[in-house]
Amino acid sequence: MLDDFFIRALIAGLGIAIVTGPLGCFVIWRRLSYFGDTLAHSALLGVTLAYTLEFNIAFSVFIISSLIALILIQLQKKTNLPGDALLGLLAHSSLAVGLVVIGFLTFIRFDIMGLLFGDILAVTVDDLLIIWIGGPLILLILKLIWKPLFASTVNYELAEAEGLNPDRAKAIFTILMAGIIAISIKMVGLLLITGMLIIPAAMARNISSSPQSMVIYSILGGLLSVLLGLFTSLEFNTSSGPSIIAASLFLFILSLLNIKQSIKLKN
Amino acid sequence: MTSNQNILVKLNQAGFRLKDKWLVKGVSLQIEKGQIVTLIGPNGSGKSTTAKIALGIYKKIDGEVEKYTNKVGYVPQKISIDWTLPLRVKDFMVLTENLKDEDINEALSLTGVIQLKNKNLGDLSGGEFQRVLIARAISKKPDLLVLDEPVQGVDFTGEIALYKLIKKITEELNCGILLISHDLHTVMSATDHVVCLNGHVCCSGSPMDVAKNNEYKALFGEQASQILTRYEHRHDHVHTSKGEIKKN
Repeated sequence: MLDDFFIRALIAGLGIAIVTGPLGCFVIWRRLSYFGDTLAHSALLGVTLAYTLEFNIAFSVFIISSLIALILIQLQKKTNLPGDALLGLLAHSSLAVGLVVIGFLTFIRFDIMGLLFGDILAVTVDDLLIIWIGGPLILLILKLIWKPLFASTVNYELAEAEGLNPDRAKAIFTILMAGIIAISIKMVGLLLITGMLIIPAAMARNISSSPQSMVIYSILGGLLSVLLGLFTSLEFNTSSGPSIIAASLFLFILSLLNIKQSIKLKN
Repeated sequence: MTSNQNILVKLNQAGFRLKDKWLVKGVSLQIEKGQIVTLIGPNGSGKSTTAKIALGIYKKIDGEVEKYTNKVGYVPQKISIDWTLPLRVKDFMVLTENLKDEDINEALSLTGVIQLKNKNLGDLSGGEFQRVLIARAISKKPDLLVLDEPVQGVDFTGEIALYKLIKKITEELNCGILLISHDLHTVMSATDHVVCLNGHVCCSGSPMDVAKNNEYKALFGEQASQILTRYEHRHDHVHTSKGEIKKN
């Protein structure tokens, strides 16, 4: 069964959607969408590193993304530049450096489009293993830090005052972000991972009234987007990443209808 | 120094500096179980800062803070909650600790907002939100309650009821309270120990002592001093050092 590339892509995509659902909620709540973008852009450097050293892609992307996150934290402490400028600096410079390095690696044929936008043909059985071991691990850790992370998202001082150690939760969350980017880069592509994180969660926000329900709708939305997107991708021979993201956009638009109704009800 | 099992938090010459500006400096105080300690002082005198030092929110501080409990309930003076979060009152109640449903109901009933339990936090009025904040802080049955102007925006009758509630809770839970309040009437009637701040501790002691203090009078004016002294109930007797009661 796993011989079929499409089945592999489905299993991979669904595994990713379960993880991006809850993480995406935090990306929206904590206003981190640009941060996610920066980590994803830096992933290209990780990919080139993987090819040069004949290393596992997911692993080297994880290392590079974590490193960029650490550099960001240091820069925030040591410079007076605003956060978004630092994010832009890191995002585009790491993307540029990654592309320059690719230029030097003439002996390897790169599928740049596949890297940027995802390629369902590229998913191997090894990738499936990484997704279905790494994914549940990310979810487990997220569950363990949920209380301090969520409390400090609502109000940092309350969480700190009542002894929840929000700084540690934030640091762990950053690593989890690097993790999801590492395991999903082949499927979704580095330009579109943030979309996978925030669009299902944004859709969920429109139709949920509690944090828990938002997480559940976000997972469901992600799963549905993967299904819709991959079948479209198969049918029309489009890149997997854009097809999944377009499907999630479609769901988001549907969720807007729900808002309209509830506003009408209120009036 | 004698070690006292009842001490919940202790500040020793604590201060906090933002770049070159001292927000507050040289504060020493301690809060014990069953005791209400009140911080008073003009705007910008470092009351909230002192509370945050005691809570451990500010970490790079001068002096020492010893905190002997982690069961803390905090009602901050200002709280900005991001409304991108779908958050109902009952979700907010379990923010820092998992509670049984009956404990949530009890706390919300005590502060008179049980009917709001399923409402979205963003739909509450200022006073309602304040009551929810107090309910959340007391519902976890903390050892230490830090209340930074807890009744701001609450209607007049509610204000009195909430202060009575706070007093009752201290007795029931035998917890210590650090209270910041501008209402000198309340401070006087409910407090065990008053610390008057103005960037530093300008005077401290029992409410009566503070009221008589000249620095306090200079800071708040003669009238404020009269408010405080009015609460001195007239004794027709005195307590001698041997515990006897002597009629005047």
